[in-house]
Amino acid sequence: MQAGDHPHQLRRRLDRALIGGVCAGIADYLGVEPLLARAGMLVIAGLSGIGFALYPLAWALIPATGHRPESWRTRLTGWREAVAIAILTAGAVVALRWLGLWLGDAVVWPLITLSCGLALVLRQVTAPEWLSTAAPSEPDAGGLGAAWRRWPAGVLGTVLVFGAAVAFLRTAGILTDSGKVFLGTAVLVVALALVVAPYLLGLARKLTSERLQRIRSEERAEMGAHLHDSVLQTLALIQRRADDPAQVVGLARSQERELRDWLLARDGTAGPPTSLRAGLEQVAQETEATHAVRVETVVVGDCPLDERLQALIAAAREALVNAAKFAGAAQINIYAEAGEERVEVFVRDRGTGFDPEAIPGDRQGIRLSIRERMARHGGMAHVRSTSGQGTEVELIMERAAA
Amino acid sequence: MTGEESVTVVVVDDHALFRAGVRSELGRRAAVVGEAGTVADGIEVVLKLRPQVVLLDVHMPDGGGVAVIAGAAPQAPNVRYLALSVSDAPEDVIATIRSGARGYVTKTIATEELEDAIVRVAAGDAYFSPRLAGFVLDAFAAPAPTAPDPDLDQLTSREREVLRHIARGYMYKEIAQRLTISSKTVEAHVSAVLRKLQLSNRHQLSRWAVERDLD
Repeated sequence: MQAGDHPHQLRRRLDRALIGGVCAGIADYLGVEPLLARAGMLVIAGLSGIGFALYPLAWALIPATGHRPESWRTRLTGWREAVAIAILTAGAVVALRWLGLWLGDAVVWPLITLSCGLALVLRQVTAPEWLSTAAPSEPDAGGLGAAWRRWPAGVLGTVLVFGAAVAFLRTAGILTDSGKVFLGTAVLVVALALVVAPYLLGLARKLTSERLQRIRSEERAEMGAHLHDSVLQTLALIQRRADDPAQVVGLARSQERELRDWLLARDGTAGPPTSLRAGLEQVAQETEATHAVRVETVVVGDCPLDERLQALIAAAREALVNAAKFAGAAQINIYAEAGEERVEVFVRDRGTGFDPEAIPGDRQGIRLSIRERMARHGGMAHVRSTSGQGTEVELIMERAAA
Repeated sequence: MTGEESVTVVVVDDHALFRAGVRSELGRRAAVVGEAGTVADGIEVVLKLRPQVVLLDVHMPDGGGVAVIAGAAPQAPNVRYLALSVSDAPEDVIATIRSGARGYVTKTIATEELEDAIVRVAAGDAYFSPRLAGFVLDAFAAPAPTAPDPDLDQLTSREREVLRHIARGYMYKEIAQRLTISSKTVEAHVSAVLRKLQLSNRHQLSRWAVERDLD
């Protein structure tokens, strides 16, 4: 909707606006100089007063086009806006009078002054939002100089607001009537509130945006720290171990697992695992990291860990480590199913397999760490293995009565 | 069905590295004839080449595998889909299966197994990886809140047993041996589970759906 897109439509021309762009728009529409239209508007206003009402009406009804030029934004905006608001108010008052609703001198002039002053005060607060050409992330883009330049308008606005209050009190005769001190005080308090509120509002808004920004930068720092501790370290390790494919694969796998857990915000990263699923995944991850095998973990259902299930996981870890060390398989499958009454875990590999009855005495892993550990906690372990076809360790643990 | 001719495959995945990897890995029993990196390209390539099997990434911008199936399946009903991803999110995987994929494998799958899966899917069978079997068992684990169709809403004990073996890492042949049934019967059970998965309504009330809502 650039200016000039629709030459035959009536549009307020913000790009050439003195106040609201109404006269510039009309001039554009009629094909005459804006000055002519402005003079015409003044004449109409002077003749009947109706122009004062027409202008705000036109401002409200005619759609705008174009953008206010930078110079307009940065220079004297407050003053023009204040004048425009005053004219608007005056127009509204004149319109009311026209309709036979004259409010009386006691109200009219203070009202116009008040709106003018308020406009100036408000400008000082809201201005940085859309006045500044800098990114909104720099709330103080204007710097000290800009603040200093804005001062006179703010002071004048304040003076106008209080002036309006005093004028109202005087014309209404309240100032001289000692019996109405309370009402007078109230009016002054309202005036004070009107002046101060916008500043407070602006301050609050600024604080909120600063807080948001701080939260954002903290999050970024935390993510940076995490990536540094995990991903970058792993990448560095991988570069140094480039000649050992098995280890590289192991590192990549465990890092992938860890990163995914972190992204999904699982509880794995903070403290010891608290659920069966997290416990088994941690065990699987450790085995992958130390033994360069792939561990496919499938868990159906889940339940919180208690002493029995800790033992179950410890046994599963032993079975897993055994498989990784002795089976020579590239992949190990863990399948766990948490039922209402029992938890079952299967650890399976397709490795060399062995004869469970003929385990040499020095390999106590299966007997001590798996069978006896399970039995101590009321569970069972079965080992099925066939030479050449791999091994499956089945662990069954009854769940403690709730 | 699993003749000497290799199965034609199109890979739709937004990771170029993965596409290149699959292209160079496959060869003996399956050959990549085309690939695409976006949902729109995927639909176009599938409709143009009409491969036997589409390897379909579950997660892609603009709708993922589900969108590709929705866009291509009506005009190319004979194309079969095998979903694959690195994702662990069961609801996404199940959604892809329900929209028409005949199986799901993880991207870390060994080449041999991937070829197995492709050949099986091309022949019209289902292929369940251990992980998918776990997802399905999980989905059907909770009792159905409303069971308008018990045939579709529950797994038979035999189907459950087959799925558990798949989840434990057994191949169809081994499962058949252990359960003393034929490989064909194992296949039939898996296909029945796939059908239930695609037709049942209860998945929406599955464990994860409930957990999602409670979060």
